[in-house]
Amino acid sequence: MSKYLLNKFLYTVDRDPDLVERYREDAAGTVDWWERELANQVLNCAVAEKSTWLAFTDEERTALREHDHVKLFELGAHPFLTLTLFIAMFERDHGPLEYQKAYGRALQHHALPYPDIAT
Amino acid sequence: MATVAAVIASTHHPFYYRASTATGADRPPFADAWVAKIEAFRETLTKARPDILVMVGSDHFHQLWLDNMPQFLVGKAPYFDANWYNEEREFGLPRMRLAGDEQLAGHILRNGLDAGFDLAFSNELRIDHSITCPIITLRPDADLPIVPIYTNIFAPPLPRPGRFVELGRTIRQLVESWPIDKRVAIIGTGHLSLELGGPRQFGAHGPDPEFDRKAVDWIASGDLDGCLAEVTLDSLHLPGNATHGFMDFMLMMGVAGAGAKADHVDSLDLFHTMEAYFTWYPNGVPA
Repeated sequence: MSKYLLNKFLYTVDRDPDLVERYREDAAGTVDWWERELANQVLNCAVAEKSTWLAFTDEERTALREHDHVKLFELGAHPFLTLTLFIAMFERDHGPLEYQKAYGRALQHHALPYPDIAT
Repeated sequence: MATVAAVIASTHHPFYYRASTATGADRPPFADAWVAKIEAFRETLTKARPDILVMVGSDHFHQLWLDNMPQFLVGKAPYFDANWYNEEREFGLPRMRLAGDEQLAGHILRNGLDAGFDLAFSNELRIDHSITCPIITLRPDADLPIVPIYTNIFAPPLPRPGRFVELGRTIRQLVESWPIDKRVAIIGTGHLSLELGGPRQFGAHGPDPEFDRKAVDWIASGDLDGCLAEVTLDSLHLPGNATHGFMDFMLMMGVAGAGAKADHVDSLDLFHTMEAYFTWYPNGVPA
């Protein structure tokens, strides 16, 4: 489990307009590139001073590669990060609030307590 | 000595700016009623004639991130740029720049540390909609210096509710002990029941109207004992997965003081979440 790294992916993509489009158009390619090039980049530090230990589990990588927001919720990714990025990618294909409501409906099988998001 | 001119607690709804400025077919049917309530709320700050605004809010994973996450942070800088690309993208929020008051920020930091709060600080802070929304609603000219104070209601482990109340009490004392003759309004924003990224999001009302009703009563009547008896980190999951933002309302109840009845109380039931607005005048209602 690496909830932190899932969140780091969502966070770094969401704040970069080019990466938002890239992830929308080529999810698998973007996830593979990001894990290879950026997963171990310590934000706010020089590029050469990288971490050495961060990697997705297979389940996490697959959820990101498949834009599977339901699975990301189950894995404990921060729901605000997932929602914000997925609205940025997919709201445009739907009518007003249509996407947000469908996003919630897809999670209806989840009763309380929700998966733990603590990192 | 400084005077607390007003204490204000509010929700921070990022859609207000777009709803209130939309025209024609784009203007939502609830916009006019919303604007009327906001204008009445704004008047409660205007008539307090503040010189400086202490602004309590919470960064939404903009500048503060999981590799270095403070629980409570004070911004001490001459200026604060505001709003982020993803807030422009999703909410249509404008870029802003607010002046800071470094002297009051320094006083809060020094004396807050001495009072038992290990406050983090930032000398270059880009603030987000938790602080700019109340600027837009309450002081749209954005002409007063601010001291932003961020709380962590977002990335567990979180401080417990009682700690937010205690910080609120301390902020009140710190402002009142500032030996400068200025009128300071203390403004904080949070949420009532709210779900983001979960099954209960974007419903016809907030996810838990019963919680919202109780929450408004607690705040309006200053019922800190009743609120603290029911609200815990665990209980806040029940009304909605983003309801921990209610702890910033509890902080503001700490600022206002136990038993302090709000002088202005209003709310607006919207889709997705309920809006709520409160103003206290600790030194009497201004003429």
